[in-house]
Order: sequence, then C-alpha cells, then structure tokens
Amino acid sequence: MIRLAIALLALAALAVLPRFVSEYELGLLIGMASYVALASAWALFSGHTHYISLATVAFYGTGAYTVAVLNESLPYPAVLLCAALIGAAMALLVGLSTLRLSGIYFVIFTFGLAELVRQLITWYEVSITGTLGRYIFLDLTARDIYWQMLALAAIAIGLTAWINRTRLGLALRAIGDDEVVAAHSGIHLARTKLVAFTISATLITLVGAVGSPRWVYVEPLIVFNPTVSFLTVIMALLGGANRLWGPLVGAIPLFLLFEWLSVNFPDTYPIFLGLMFIAVVFVLPNGVLAGLDDLRAWLGRRGK
Amino acid sequence: MTTLVLGLVLGGTYALLALGLTLQYGIARIMNLAYGEVTLLAAFGLVFLFQTAGLPPLLAIVMIAPAGYLTGWILYTMMMRPLVRRAAGKPGKLEVDSILATFGLLFVLQGIMLVLFGANFTSISYLDQGVNVLGVSVALNRLIAFGICLFAGLGLIVLLNWSRWGLILRAVALTPGSAPLVGIDVNKVSRQGFALGTALASVGGASIAMYQTFSANDGVVFTMKALIIVIMGGVGNVAGALAAGFALGLVETFVATTFDPGLTLAATFTIFLVVLIWRPQGLFGRRS
Repeated sequence: MIRLAIALLALAALAVLPRFVSEYELGLLIGMASYVALASAWALFSGHTHYISLATVAFYGTGAYTVAVLNESLPYPAVLLCAALIGAAMALLVGLSTLRLSGIYFVIFTFGLAELVRQLITWYEVSITGTLGRYIFLDLTARDIYWQMLALAAIAIGLTAWINRTRLGLALRAIGDDEVVAAHSGIHLARTKLVAFTISATLITLVGAVGSPRWVYVEPLIVFNPTVSFLTVIMALLGGANRLWGPLVGAIPLFLLFEWLSVNFPDTYPIFLGLMFIAVVFVLPNGVLAGLDDLRAWLGRRGK
Repeated sequence: MTTLVLGLVLGGTYALLALGLTLQYGIARIMNLAYGEVTLLAAFGLVFLFQTAGLPPLLAIVMIAPAGYLTGWILYTMMMRPLVRRAAGKPGKLEVDSILATFGLLFVLQGIMLVLFGANFTSISYLDQGVNVLGVSVALNRLIAFGICLFAGLGLIVLLNWSRWGLILRAVALTPGSAPLVGIDVNKVSRQGFALGTALASVGGASIAMYQTFSANDGVVFTMKALIIVIMGGVGNVAGALAAGFALGLVETFVATTFDPGLTLAATFTIFLVVLIWRPQGLFGRRS
C-alpha cells in the first residue's frame, strides 16, 4: 500500500514537472518517458517468458505511421484507437503463427519484422500513393505529449504490476521456468503467450503513436530505426527484465547516455552501444536490481 | 527462362549462406544474429582488396575464407564459450544468451562497417560481360560466384558425409551429450563448427560482392534470409538447406521480375509464414 502511494506521489510530481523545466529538458523528459514505457511494455511479455522480441520498432513505427496517415482525416482519440487496433492485429498475426512453436521461431520472425514492415510501407508509398514521407500537423504541445507519454509509462508499469498478481502473471512465470511443466499443470501455453504479447505490442504501438507528433515529418527510414528495438532490449535487461521497476531503472540512465553519445559521437555510438549490450549480457545477465540483491546477500553473509 | 537461370545463381549464394548458419546453429548451438554482418564484412573485404590492393577477386576469396575461419574461431573462444559454460545444465539458457550476445555483436559490427565504409551502396565492376547460358545472357561474375558457391557447398557435403572430421561434426550436431562418451571434445568441435560456419559466411559474402550492390545496412536481411532457408530446409539438414536456398533464390527472382523488387522480403516472409503454419519442422525435416 505504501509502495503504491509512493509511486502515485512520484507520478504526480513528474506530472507537474513541465512547469519548471526548459523546452530542451522537456524533450529529454519525453524521451525518457517513452523509453520507460517501451522497456516496461517489452518486459511485460519478454521478461518472464524469455521470449526475446526484437520487433519493438516494428510496432513503434507502425504506431507513428498510423498517426501520419490518419491525422488529417480522424479526430486524435480515434487515431490512437486505430493505432492500438492495428498494433494488436499485427501482434496477433505474429503470435498466432509463431508462439505455438518453440521460441526460436518467434525470435527469427520478430528479428526481420521491422525490416519487412518498413519495406512494405516504402513499396506502397512509392508505387501506389507516389510519395515517400508524410507530415503530422496536430494541435498538441510538447507538454501534452509528455503527459500522454507519462500516462502510458504509468499504464505499462501498473499493468505489469497487476498482471504479476493475476493468474496470467503466474502462468507467464511458469512458462518462463519450464514450458513442459507449465503445460502439464494445465496452462494453455499458446493462449497465455498470445495475450501477453498482444498487450505488450499494443502498448508499444501506442508509444509510437503518441510520440509521433514530435517528428512533424515522418518517413519509413526515420520511424523504423532499428536502434529503438535495440535500446528497448538493453534497457530492460540492464535493469532486470523480470522485475517490475527493472525496465525503468535501466531506461533512464541508458537514455541519457544514449543522448550524450549520439550528440558527441554521432558516427561511432552504435559500436559503444553494441559493446555495452554484450557487456550487460555477460556481466549482469539478470540486471542491476538482481545484482544489487546478490550484493546485499553477500554482504549479509559476510557480516555474520 | 531468365528467371530460372538468375534465380538459380542467386539461390546458390543463399544456399551457401544458409549452410554456414545451419552449421553454427546445428553444431555449436549458437543462434547467430550477427551472421549477415559477418557476410557483409567479407563483402567489404573483397571490395577493399580489389580496389586498393588490386587483388583479383578469386584470389581474394582464397584469402577471405581462412580469415573467416579465424574470425569465427576467435569469436567462439572469446564470446560464445563463456556463454556455453554458463548455460551448462540449463536448457534454453544458451539460446537466449547467444541471441542477445549476437544481437549486440550485430550493432558493433554494423557500427564498425558504417564508420569504415559509410552507408552508401557499394559495388565493383568485375567481369561483367554477358555469357550465354541456355539462351539467357548472364554476367560472367554471376556465373563465377555461382561456381564458387557450388564448389564450397558440395565440398562441405562431401566433407560432412565422407570424412572422419565430418563424422565427428555430425555426431556433435546429433547428440552433444553422448559425443564425449566416444572421446569427442565437444568444445573443440563446436568451435570448429562455428568457425567453419563463419568461413562459409565469408565466402558467401565475398561472392555476393562480385556481382551485387550492397550496403552496410543490409546485414539483417541476409541473416533473415539465411535463417528462413535453414528453417525451410530443416535445422541441421545440409541437403535441405541447399534445396531451400535454390527455391528461395528462384521465388525472389520471380517476384522481383514479375511484380516489384521492393517486395522480395515480403515474399521471403510469406514463404516463412507458410512453412511455419504448414510444416514447422522444415520442408525436408523429419518430425521430432
């Protein structure tokens, strides 16, 4: 109960923060909130099940592109609803074809999915509508986007906390531990995975949709940038993908580091990020939070 | 007829790439997502050797193949071996770890290539006069690339099926748990399998550079195609991978010529979907 109160207080504090910061800092806050939302949504499915989804940007970009296509013909809430529905439909398609099989097929499918969607949209725009690139003109200030993004991040974390307490969360953990055992204890494997993956992908699509007005000009190469998928995974892993607050703990420092690297080393930053990713997999396979627990346990043993 | 000939030539390269990947996954149990980046590295290597050192591509390939083996050997020893050791006794752990580690490696290699060679499309002009094959004019460089792939692919099949080393490699691929019982050093053989796979990737990449335009961003697509061929052929099935590689080359050339070159990846994915739904064990695989 106290934890919930602290979390709500923090959320309220974050919500009034835009009053006190500059335009540039507000941009950073939006970026942070989006990556917290992305990493938390990613971990909602991949954290417990160990099904690594490499398709974050496929959904993220789809969300952004939906807004770009529909922003002049539909009211904003309807656009967001469309984006969520399209994201969910895509997730169902991917999930239905791969989640019945072993995890490797899912990884492979998600690995190429962003490139597939990007090429399809490019092909469609070039050969059918004849233009590549669209504009988003929405009457939204940076603050509006920040509040929406903050809400999404809160929803992603809140939903994870809630799912962790339900039968679905228990089933997901059981699947992550051992699929055979999970199946024998009566868990419907494919359905459980499909539900969690769809929720996760829908949230990711919404992050893309909500963040898209910041770009103004949108084209496939911009919104389907593989770095987004990459950052999401490394953030969740760094903090600890199976912890509620893990993705948040990983996302904030890494986002700031990424901003700094991409400004100061625009050409070489992917190399740094890649090396860091490998380092995380080797040194902190379960994330910082689990590492801290281990350290605490070790200190406790030494103290005795 | 043009589609058939060009498709077979393209399919030869794909088949070779898939063979390397199936060796890495089948023998070393490493799912290598940076596979396409290794391929591209070899492609850039060939262009570099050709343009600055003036080496003829055929000679360059002879140098690139052992360099690929060495690279794979080092990668396995430095990166994969610790993961394999950590995952001992935990099924599924190695798969997740190797996917994540090679995903990181993908960005490292891509970043290095972007810094060294830039994001532009690269190609060389080498022996691009036409040769008449069954009434179709095919560039000589394509034919040579096809010959190289055929040579390397068939060489591998002979090696795997009729040599003692091949027998050992197959034993580890089949039952890594029992292989030590007959005196096989699984670690050593895994390393060899991984290195051999990398060498094949390098030869495939170098032969791509001989006839095709490519850029530092193409790695994901190559990995994806190789993965899909491996699955179509059945994991660890060498003959299946060869057949599936040719099939994919044909389909892709057909889609590119009849519909639109921008839809080739969509065609690849469609095939993948059909295989997943209809025969997830692979078109030529046995149900396990």
